[in-house]
Amino acid sequence: MVHSKTGALAVVAALLMSTTAMAQDQRVLKYNADYDPIPLAAMEALIADFEAANPDVDVQLNNFDHEGYKTAIRNFLTADSPDLANWYAGNRMAPFVKAGQFMDVSDVWEANGLGESLASAKASMTIDGKQWGVPYTYYQWGIYYNRDAYKAAGVDLPGPDGITWDQFIQNCEKFKAAGIDCMTTGSKALWPVAGIFDYLSLRTNGYEWHMDLTAGKVEWTDPKVRDVFAQFARLQPYVTANHAAIDWQDAAALMVQGKAANYVMGNFAVGVFREGGMTNDTLGFMVFPEITPGIPRAEDAPTDTIHIPTGAQNVADAKKFLAFVASPDAQTKWNAAVGQLPTNKNSTVPQDDPFLVAGFEMLSTAHALAQFFDRDAPAEMAKAGMEGFQQFLVQPDQLDNILARLEQVRQQVYK
Amino acid sequence: MPHFLGRPLARVLFPLVLAALVVWIARWVLTADLARSVTTGAVAGGFLFCGWAVLSAAWRRVSNQPGHPLYPAVCAIRAYWKANQRRLAPWLFLAPGCLMFAVYVIIPIFQSIWISFYDWDGLGEAQWIGTANYAEMATDPNMVTSFRNNILWLVLYMLALPAGLLIAIFLNQTIRGIRLYKSLFFFPFVISQVVVGLIFSWFYAPGFGLLYKVIEGITGQGIAILADPDLVTFGIIAAGLWPQIAYVMILYLTGLNNVAPDQVEAARLDGAKGWRMLWYVILPQLRPATFIAVVVTVIGALRSFDLVSIMTSGGPFGSSRVLSYYMYEQALSEYGYRMGYGAAIAVVLFAIMMIFISGFIWKMWRDETER
Repeated sequence: MVHSKTGALAVVAALLMSTTAMAQDQRVLKYNADYDPIPLAAMEALIADFEAANPDVDVQLNNFDHEGYKTAIRNFLTADSPDLANWYAGNRMAPFVKAGQFMDVSDVWEANGLGESLASAKASMTIDGKQWGVPYTYYQWGIYYNRDAYKAAGVDLPGPDGITWDQFIQNCEKFKAAGIDCMTTGSKALWPVAGIFDYLSLRTNGYEWHMDLTAGKVEWTDPKVRDVFAQFARLQPYVTANHAAIDWQDAAALMVQGKAANYVMGNFAVGVFREGGMTNDTLGFMVFPEITPGIPRAEDAPTDTIHIPTGAQNVADAKKFLAFVASPDAQTKWNAAVGQLPTNKNSTVPQDDPFLVAGFEMLSTAHALAQFFDRDAPAEMAKAGMEGFQQFLVQPDQLDNILARLEQVRQQVYK
Repeated sequence: MPHFLGRPLARVLFPLVLAALVVWIARWVLTADLARSVTTGAVAGGFLFCGWAVLSAAWRRVSNQPGHPLYPAVCAIRAYWKANQRRLAPWLFLAPGCLMFAVYVIIPIFQSIWISFYDWDGLGEAQWIGTANYAEMATDPNMVTSFRNNILWLVLYMLALPAGLLIAIFLNQTIRGIRLYKSLFFFPFVISQVVVGLIFSWFYAPGFGLLYKVIEGITGQGIAILADPDLVTFGIIAAGLWPQIAYVMILYLTGLNNVAPDQVEAARLDGAKGWRMLWYVILPQLRPATFIAVVVTVIGALRSFDLVSIMTSGGPFGSSRVLSYYMYEQALSEYGYRMGYGAAIAVVLFAIMMIFISGFIWKMWRDETER
């Protein structure tokens, strides 16, 4: 009896105390995100700036594990909607837009002149003529390489204009003779192989054809697809043998240790390379070599975005936050901290980071920007495709089966 | 009044609880903050508690006043309860369990079957497509892989029985510190499947894994088991067997405690030893343990999901998928937008499990009626 009384007292006390503790006059802005540690710190700094400018708003950042977020978003959008949520541009946001889960934010674009300042990303944020979110960063893809590995194998370093594709394959033979993986990747999570495929496809048949392929307009049994895989087959013998068992970070470790020379990756990997001990003197970057001469150069530049879910409680402050994140200063600050490229053309890039400077230069002179295979193609096609690329790297003799299966999936997906 | 409400402290407490609840409800209605789910729970609990207190107080008051208009009704309910108590009580005790089982198991089974006839991305409108999901399954090469792997799991997981029995017999002796050895052998079952998966991934890992290094040392060429489409399933099953053997071992150890010593004695007098002793005297007495071991092993093999997810995510290129993982991939994973197809796979997996489950239930029923 005595225990139940003290228990009841404690409950009452707890109830009353928490009531008083929460009585504050701030409007809460709930933000669900999936940042890795470095971007998280940068976003927290940005949020602090926003809260300083808007003392009546309390931004509550709820950070998820990067991979888990992709599943979680489907639950929290319907069950317990935040006011802001991270996602990706292009086809990746289409299911949520079509299901009415993301709010139309064209008015934010209109009011802040974003159509002009975010011009490069506008197309990938637009569905049915409306904008459904705000991009805050993108990053280039390309070939990162270890200069020491080049020296160890006695291979000439790529010049400022890169090298030709034939030269690249010839270098691979030298690397192989020296016991170094010419090209490394870690395909346990599948997507890293899609980067290689994207570039082979963009360089062999061009941007427009690649977009047709990811949009389901080209048959996977088409001879032009085989042209891409013919180039893939030239590269295949020189790719890290056990890539299917390792994650992309493990492959990055191989390159840091000099066991691998080249890595087709996004610029986010630079942080990992540096943590592993590489410096601007040992780490190199080059644009993926031209394959078919004369094709306009297109690049992969996946865009990360913030959206307002339809179930948001605090839409007014959420729009204020979007406008803030889209501003040149915020984008300069966040991207400088993370080492990525701002989407706002009035932002600046730190001139002491050669990879950002190179990426900015590369993207601003590109013919067109693709989002990445798993964002350009619908989810099901992307999954089947990336499995096919992975299988091709392990079992190149299975090409006919792989293409037949991808064609079967294509016919199911794009009905 | 309920007895505890008559006491002075409770007289103070009760209004206090009520007041706190009112404050909370007001807050809940006026604002929507992150503590809402906690609040809702507290409010609901408070309401249940107060409702129960008020009702039981009313019940006592009425039953103490023969002149009260509701008095006959109270008496009638009492009389009915007295007459049927023995019949009703078991059902009342079962009710919470039955309710939970219905809400979380029975109803979802039928919902799954229902969803399997739709094309639904989990967000938009569901579209009725009849048996198209099942028709697609028949031509889906991934389905064949998953099914074949499931059968491999079922067959190879059975190795846990002889292995567990062997270790149990080995450990069934009285020497100093045997309890410690038993717990050490049982250890793999105690740690989480996720941890088992991680340990074995590192064990197999190319470059630094122990097994990889050993193979490299012997043959000069390491084998990355989890990257090899032909070996990967065996690699994962081996990881799964480690805790499963420990589980079977503990089942047999308890079984061995119950082996009748007089029968062993009698057999020994008749000259039985070694294999014949094991086969004709010990094993028949271990039948209940064997039955449970088979049940948990079959079910463990069919619901193999954690290890596949942790160690390979179904890869390389889907060659280590099992049905449960494929279902997850199709319905719930990053690239899965097909609730209907996922549900159809779940139904098939359920049907396979039902074969075994009905077999087990039939055997248990037969054993009980024979007694």
